[in-house]
Amino acid sequence: MKELKVTPIKDGTVIDHITPGRALKVLHILKIPESTVSVVSILMNVNGKKGKKDIVKIENRELAPKEVNKIALIAPKATINIIRDYEVVKKHTVQVPEEVIGLTKCSNPTCISNAREPVESRFYVISKDPVRIRCYFCEREPEDIAAGIV
Amino acid sequence: MNFKHRDIISIKDFSKEEIEYILEYAKRMIPYAKAEKHTTLLKQHILATLFFEPSTRTRLSFESAMQRLGGSTIGFSDPSGTSQKKGESLADTIRMADSYSDAIVIRHPQEGAARLAAEFSNVPILNAGDGAGQHPTQCLLDLFTILTEKKKIKGNNVVLLGDLKYGRTVHSLAYALSLFQANLTFVSPETLKMPKEVIHECKEFGVEPVSTTNLEKAIKEADVLYATRIQRERFPDAEEYNRVVGSYKVDNALLQQAGEDLIVMHPLPRIVEIDPEVDQTKHAVYFTQAFNGVPVRMALLSLILGDKKL
Repeated sequence: MKELKVTPIKDGTVIDHITPGRALKVLHILKIPESTVSVVSILMNVNGKKGKKDIVKIENRELAPKEVNKIALIAPKATINIIRDYEVVKKHTVQVPEEVIGLTKCSNPTCISNAREPVESRFYVISKDPVRIRCYFCEREPEDIAAGIV
Repeated sequence: MNFKHRDIISIKDFSKEEIEYILEYAKRMIPYAKAEKHTTLLKQHILATLFFEPSTRTRLSFESAMQRLGGSTIGFSDPSGTSQKKGESLADTIRMADSYSDAIVIRHPQEGAARLAAEFSNVPILNAGDGAGQHPTQCLLDLFTILTEKKKIKGNNVVLLGDLKYGRTVHSLAYALSLFQANLTFVSPETLKMPKEVIHECKEFGVEPVSTTNLEKAIKEADVLYATRIQRERFPDAEEYNRVVGSYKVDNALLQQAGEDLIVMHPLPRIVEIDPEVDQTKHAVYFTQAFNGVPVRMALLSLILGDKKL
C-alpha cells in the first residue's frame, strides 16, 4: 500500500511549533488559500519534543514580517523557517509585540474603534503566555483573538 | 502630585495614592460646593460639556462645579441639534470643541469614545460615561462618599447589588474598592452576574469577592449597600430585561436585618430598586452621594486647569 507523506519543501516557509489545533487559524490569518496558488501542507497534532504541535508548509512563498506578527497573537511559540533550495536560510521565533495596532478588530461591537472614526484598532498585550490583549479604547479583552484578525 | 492638563478617562489610569490625593482635595471643596465660600480660581476658563446621551446629575454637577470655581460652560445635552446628526465623526466634533474650550467633558453611547476624544484633543478630556464602559468621576464620588461616611474605605464590607453585568459604575467601583482593600459581595440575578474579567481584576489585588443571589443574607454583615438600576438601554433584548427588572427591592423590612451603621448608596436615577420609604432612614446616603459629585468634580477641574490650589 502506498503511504502519503508530507515531504520537505524546496522553497517557501515552514511554520513550526504552532499551538496545536491552531493551524487552520494561522492559514486564515495568512488568507490562504485565497491569496496563494502554492501547495500548502498542514499537519495537526504532530508529536514533537515539547508535546503536540501543528505545522504548516507553504511552498514558494516567504512570509513578510507583518504577517509574522499576526501569527504571534494566536501561535506565540511558532517558529518561521524560510527555505531556499531545501535549506533553512532564516529561522526565527515569532515575537508577541507589546502593542497591536491595526491587526485585529475589537470584538466589542459598540467599541468606538469599530465606528466610522479615523483611527486604527489598538490593543495592549497584557499577557504573552497565554496571549491576552486589551482594547486601548474600550478596555475589553477579546476572547477569541483569531476571530478579530483583519 | 501634578494633574495639570491630565485626561480623566478611566479609574485604572490612577494610582491609589493619586486617588487618595483627589479625595482629600475634594474634602476642601465642600464649603465652595455649598456656596459657603467663594472662589474665582477658574475665572476666564471655559468647560465644554458634550452629552451625546442623556444625563441629569453628571452634567448638572459638572456645570455647577465649573461655575462654583468661577468658570463658565458651553455645550449640548442632546446631539440631535448638532453636526453629529449630519454624520460628522466624533473626532471632528472634538477638534472643534477643543478650539472653543479649556477642557471637554464627554458622555457618549460607545465604549472607548472618551479615549478616542483624547487622541484628537489638545485640551484635557473628562469621561462622563462611555456606553457600558468607564465613568471615572462617578467612581471617585462613590469612593468619596464611602470615605466621608465611613472615615475609611479599607476593610468595609461592600455589597454591590443589581445589574452587575451591564452596569458601568459597578465595574469601575469593584476595581477601585479592590485597590483600597474593601471586602466585596456581588448580589445579582443569575443572568446579570459580574463579568469574570472584573472578578479576575479584584483577585489581582488579593480581594476574594463573594457572588450570590441572596440579598437578605448578604446585607446582614454589610457596611455599605450599593444598589444599581437595571438599565433597560443596555439590554440587547427586551425579554431579558423584563425577566429581571424588579428582582431586588431595598425597603425598610429588608433594612431591619441590616446593621445600625449600614449606608445605602445608589448612583441614581432609581426606578424600583429602593423604596422611597428608605429616604427617611439614616441609612440613605444617595442624595448626599449625588451632591458629592460637585466637590469631587470641582477638585478634578481645579487640579487639571488651575494654576494654584485652593
